[in-house]
Amino acid sequence: MIPELGHVSLIIAFVLAIGLATVPMWGAWRRDIAAMNTAPSLAVGVTVFVAVAFVLLTISFLRDDFSVAVVAANSNSLLPPIFKFSAVWGNHEGSLLLWVLILSGWMTAVAYFSRGLPLVMVSRVLSVMGFVAVGFLAFSLLTSNPFERLLPNTPLDGNDLNPLLQDPGLIIHPPLLYMGYVGLSVPFAFAIAALMGGRLDASWARWSRPWTNVAWGFLSLGIMLGSWWAYYELGWGGWWFWDPVENASFMPWLMGAALVHSLAVTEKRGVFRSWTVLLAIFAFSLSLLGTFLVRSGVLTSVHAFAADPERGLFILIFLALVVGGSLLLYALKAPSVASRVSYGAVSRESLLMVNNLVFTVSTVVVLLGTLFPLIMDAFSLGKYSVGPPYFNAVFVPLMALLMPFMAVGPLSRWREDSTRRWLHELLVPGLGVLAVAILLGFFGKATFNIWIALAVLLAGWVALGVIKDAWRRLTSGVASGLQWRRLSPSFIGMSLAHLGFAGVVLGAVVVTQESEEHDLRMAVGDAEVLGAYRFELQSLGQQAGPNYLADQAVFEVSRDGESIAVLVPEKRRYFASGQIMTEAAIDASLWRDLYIALGEPIGENAWAVRLQYKPMVRWLWLGSLMIGFGALFTVLDRRYRSQAARSAAPQTGAAAVAS
Amino acid sequence: MHPVRKQRLILVSLLVVLSSAAIGLVTFALRDNINLFYPPADVVAGKAPTDRSIRLGGMVVEGSIERSETDLETTFWVTDYEASVAVRYSGILPDLFAEGEGVVAEGTLNEAGMLVASQVLAKHDENYMPPEVAAALEGKSAPTAEPVLP
Repeated sequence: MIPELGHVSLIIAFVLAIGLATVPMWGAWRRDIAAMNTAPSLAVGVTVFVAVAFVLLTISFLRDDFSVAVVAANSNSLLPPIFKFSAVWGNHEGSLLLWVLILSGWMTAVAYFSRGLPLVMVSRVLSVMGFVAVGFLAFSLLTSNPFERLLPNTPLDGNDLNPLLQDPGLIIHPPLLYMGYVGLSVPFAFAIAALMGGRLDASWARWSRPWTNVAWGFLSLGIMLGSWWAYYELGWGGWWFWDPVENASFMPWLMGAALVHSLAVTEKRGVFRSWTVLLAIFAFSLSLLGTFLVRSGVLTSVHAFAADPERGLFILIFLALVVGGSLLLYALKAPSVASRVSYGAVSRESLLMVNNLVFTVSTVVVLLGTLFPLIMDAFSLGKYSVGPPYFNAVFVPLMALLMPFMAVGPLSRWREDSTRRWLHELLVPGLGVLAVAILLGFFGKATFNIWIALAVLLAGWVALGVIKDAWRRLTSGVASGLQWRRLSPSFIGMSLAHLGFAGVVLGAVVVTQESEEHDLRMAVGDAEVLGAYRFELQSLGQQAGPNYLADQAVFEVSRDGESIAVLVPEKRRYFASGQIMTEAAIDASLWRDLYIALGEPIGENAWAVRLQYKPMVRWLWLGSLMIGFGALFTVLDRRYRSQAARSAAPQTGAAAVAS
Repeated sequence: MHPVRKQRLILVSLLVVLSSAAIGLVTFALRDNINLFYPPADVVAGKAPTDRSIRLGGMVVEGSIERSETDLETTFWVTDYEASVAVRYSGILPDLFAEGEGVVAEGTLNEAGMLVASQVLAKHDENYMPPEVAAALEGKSAPTAEPVLP
């Protein structure tokens, strides 16, 4: 009964979403207040019914109802309850339901926080999001119904959740990533609504900016968790593979980074308007493309799971509709909203333009590398794969190009600035960073590493820009004391994100340059030295888990004769699927990780073992956390809070006139 | 110059410089870093190059995996049920690598026609099959009755 209720609930949500996509849109066109006013309630209605469906699916999982196809395929009576819960989105059907749930959550948030906005705007925004919801609810209901039953052939027990997904990281990684993916539909909806109304002004940019920052912040956190999960769960010790599925989430992030900066220019200076609209459209289109790539299984990927081509076709058609429709609207309306404000060649606008160009070009090269195999295959030119060397060769120089400008950006002035002033601000500290970079290039070794020196130089340069800017804000114009109140949340958020970016770059370069890895055969009593660390295999044993049996190896790691950690990597065999899983053991710290993973047994009492020393690998994720939280922090800025009150006044005025 | 025109000139020149740099990088990077996929039948027929890295995909032949007793070297045969190619790999194999399962190996062919693999990819869950392997095996069936492919 419960699954049927869930199915009905999903159908009701679908019908309400159709209402949301049409009625307020019609109302906005005919200036019909009653029709427009339905938007918030319809949005809440969709959310409620999708949430009910989601809860009912969760109940089916928790109660081990193996008559439901997805439960039978992705759960097992022995599975620990927390993983039964996360198994809800550890499969195609359920994760799609989560997608729709988060989308409707964003709709409700927009309806709630945008009460101060003009009614026409709100109803158009919600209607556009409703259209997206219609597409995905139809996708869910027509091609991937999560409530499909296996009657009368109900299995006695389920197939179990893929062991790779039985992990705490996977409980929060998809929801966070989807918050970001789907959140980009909000700036998209704002952009479409603004195009329809023919009004792309500073207030439009101010409305969509906090939403964009939040969505982009969540996307950063989601990608960071994915990278961290891959690092400890896949047993390779890698943190980024340029895998198509990773690229699928990274492209909207890159586009989003451009959008976040371009919105700043549009809000403050009123320029880049049509460009910003285009970025908003592309960012969300790339989210949809990512969904297509992941869900259709058209690409060979370590992340790809069993897929069905019919599903891919559905998303492809929807993608074509969204991209085609919005670009058509853009072509019709954008010329009328071009700006007439000017700015000099040496100004903050120009620096942000460099940011936008670099991020856009980066997106394009990543897109090219990701789609190249698909395109060649479509024209029967052979089955290619594009590997990490391509992406590193094109992406790394682009980011290196970005960083010199990144330090100057926050310090520069809008409209017109001078290079002499920049030199005055940054020359002396810049030389200091250069000296430090040259020193650290040696990184405790006799040979000079140019890449580390460059990374320290660029990251230090960015950090310097942030510090200098903060110092100027704190001290300028006052005789004594520090003006802490001048550090607004949006400034703190930006600084945090920039410092985080510098940290990611530093971590990425150091871990790539200085990592050590030994793959070898080790028997009990064997020891291996890696850098300053000695790994000794002390004993082998077995340990039973709730739904698996694990082979364990006990390692003692010592440095200078002193024991620093006991690490116990595992090789697990899961009962239900018989699948084998590597569980790496990691001794983590800020400056280095020690990483042990088991391969397979070789002869008696010996295993293939992978030992790794990873310096500064944590900086990658700490930096990404700073980027994500920095972006989220900006919404606390007072100007977004007071804006609701400020624009509330004209809106009630307009309503009074209209009624 | 009119400020708006000047602005446009800056934008256009930046765009030209950046995109030509990007195109240069892309062509340079693509030249060496793409790998063409070959099924075993093509490799045995001599259609695959020996001077550069390729991808080979198919099923791991039952009973063909030989592991060294002293180090991490493993050899196995990959088949598309028409022809088989030997693969040598030194390192840790993925968890789902097993006999009778789909696999993609990346590496270079040596004079003996053996693929010296630098990377071995196995599938990621029980039902997944790399698309190239699925395509390579299409229309061919396992000689025995075991359910290797749907």
